[in-house]
Amino acid sequence: MTRMSWFNTVSLTLGFAFLYIPMVILIAYSFNESKLVTVWAGFSVKWYGELLHNEAFLSAALVTLKVAVISSSIATVLGTMAAYVLVRGGRFLGRTLFSGMIYAPLVMPEVITGLSLLLLFIGIGLDRGIMTIVLAHTTFAMCYVSVVVSSRLVTFDRSLEEAALDLGCSQAEAFRLVTLPIIAPAVISGWLLAFTLSLDDLVIASFTAGPAATTLPIKIFSAVRLGVSPEINALSTIMIGIVTVGVVTASLVTKHQLVRQRRDEQNAERS
Amino acid sequence: MRRFFLIAIPYAWLLALFLVPFAIVFKIALSDAAVARPPYMPQFDWVTGIGAFIADLDFENFVWLTEDDLYWKAYLSSLRIAVISTLLTLLVGYPMAYGMARAPSEWRPTLMMLVILPFWTSFLIRVYAWMGILSNEGLLNQFLIWLGIIDTPLTILNTNTAVYIGIVYTYLPFMILPIYSALERLDGSLIEAAEDLGCSRTQAFWLVTIPLSRAGIIAGCFLVFIPTLGEFVIPSLLGGSDTLMIGKVLWEEFFSNRDWPVASAVAVVLLLILIVPIVLFQRNQQKQQEAEQ
Repeated sequence: MTRMSWFNTVSLTLGFAFLYIPMVILIAYSFNESKLVTVWAGFSVKWYGELLHNEAFLSAALVTLKVAVISSSIATVLGTMAAYVLVRGGRFLGRTLFSGMIYAPLVMPEVITGLSLLLLFIGIGLDRGIMTIVLAHTTFAMCYVSVVVSSRLVTFDRSLEEAALDLGCSQAEAFRLVTLPIIAPAVISGWLLAFTLSLDDLVIASFTAGPAATTLPIKIFSAVRLGVSPEINALSTIMIGIVTVGVVTASLVTKHQLVRQRRDEQNAERS
Repeated sequence: MRRFFLIAIPYAWLLALFLVPFAIVFKIALSDAAVARPPYMPQFDWVTGIGAFIADLDFENFVWLTEDDLYWKAYLSSLRIAVISTLLTLLVGYPMAYGMARAPSEWRPTLMMLVILPFWTSFLIRVYAWMGILSNEGLLNQFLIWLGIIDTPLTILNTNTAVYIGIVYTYLPFMILPIYSALERLDGSLIEAAEDLGCSRTQAFWLVTIPLSRAGIIAGCFLVFIPTLGEFVIPSLLGGSDTLMIGKVLWEEFFSNRDWPVASAVAVVLLLILIVPIVLFQRNQQKQQEAEQ
C-alpha cells in the first residue's frame, strides 16, 4: 500500500483544497488595496496599519489575552487535580456526579452554558467584567484539560510513583518529582487547548461579559455582522499566522522530544 | 486531609459554576416574566420555604413554547439541519479519512497535522472566510460566471445552503479524526482475505472496511451532530432570515426580547432533546473501549 490509488489522491486533494482555499483567499484579500473586498486593486498593507490605530480592537485584544492567560492557567491546575482525582482518587461520595460534571460541559451547547452562568452571576450580584469571563472560561476549559491529562495518567506506570514512595518521598514529593514531569506534555497541551478555547470563544463570553469588558471575538462578531471588511481580513490573517506558528512549533517540539525519548530508551536497553 | 482538598477544590468549583447555574436555569424557566431588573419574578425564596415554591410552580413558559409554533419549527428545523449536515460531513470526511489511512505511513503525521490545524484556528474566522466567498459578488459567483456556467449570480449567502457549507467546513476535523483512527487500526489482511475469497475491491470495501470502521463513523457523526444542534454562530453569519435554529432563537429571545423565562425554557427543552444523542454517544464510546480491551 505504498502507492496511492487515484481515488485516494483525488479525495485528499479536493478535501484539503476545501479546507484551505477559504483561508488562503481571506489572507490574500487582506493585502488588497481596495476597500471593496471583491475587487482586487493591487497589493497593500494599509489595512494592517489601520488595525494598529484601531483602539477598540487593540483594547479588546488585550482583554482577550488577559482572560485567556488567567483562565487557562487556573483551568490547568483545576483540570489536572480533577484528572488525578478521577484516575487515582478511588471511591468517594458523589464520584459519579463529579465525573458527570467533568464530561457534561464538553457536550453542552454554548448558548446554554452562557445563559446559565449569566443567570448565576446576576443571581449573586456579581458585576460582569473580566472576572466573570475568567470564571466562565475556567469552568469549561478545566474539563478539557482534565480529559487530556487523565488520558495520559491512565497509561502512566504507577510503579514509578510507588518506587519513589518506597525510597522515602512523601506523596507530594512523588507527585512533583516523578508524576508531574512525566505527564507534563499532557499538562502543557491541556494549557494550550484551554488557551485557544478561551481566545476563540464568542458565545459564552457574550453572555458573561458586561459593557465594561469586550473580548476580540465579540468585537469581530459585531463588525462581521455588517459584512466583509479588509480590516477584519487583516486581523484574521494575523490570528491565523500566530496559531500556525504556535501549532507547528509545538508539534516540532513534541516530535523532537519523542525522538529523544526513544533514543534514551534504546540507550537504557543497551546498557 | 490532603486527599480531601484535592477532591474538594475541583468538585466545589464545578458545583458552584456548573450545577448551580443549571438549577437556576430550571428555576427561571418556571418563573413568570416581569418588566423588572432582573426581568423575571423570583419565585424561590428560602424564607417562605420549599413548600411555597412548589405550590407556585407553573409550566406556563413550556406551555407557551408549545403554543407558539415558532419554537416547534425552530426545534424541528435545527434537527433537520443537524441531520443533513452530519450526513454531508460524513460524505466529505469519509473519503478523506480513508485516503489518509491508505497514505504512505511517513506522510500520515503531516496529513494529520493538516487536518488538525484548522481546528486550532478561530471558529469565527473560519465561518467569516465563507462570507466573502459566497456573497452575490463573491469569488464563487465570479468564478462560476467566468467559467460560463451561470450568467446571473446565485444567491447562496443567507440561505440554508450556506449554513450547510459552513457546518461541513468547520466540523470536518471532528468527522475525519475518529474515522481515520478506526481505519488506521484496520488490519489490511482482512481485505486481502476478502479479495482472495472472491470479493471485488468495491465489495470488499462495503462488506469489510465500512463495517469495521463503524465505531469511528458513529463517533464522528455524534461529534458533528451534537454541537450542530445548538449552533449559533454559523446560522447567524451565513444563514438568512428563514434559517431557523434553536440556538439562534434562544440568543434572540434573550438579547432582543429580554424574555429570560422563555429563553430558559428554550434551553431546558434543547437540553432534553440533546440527552438522547449524548447518552447514545456515551454507550457507543463505552462499547468501543470494552472492545479494545
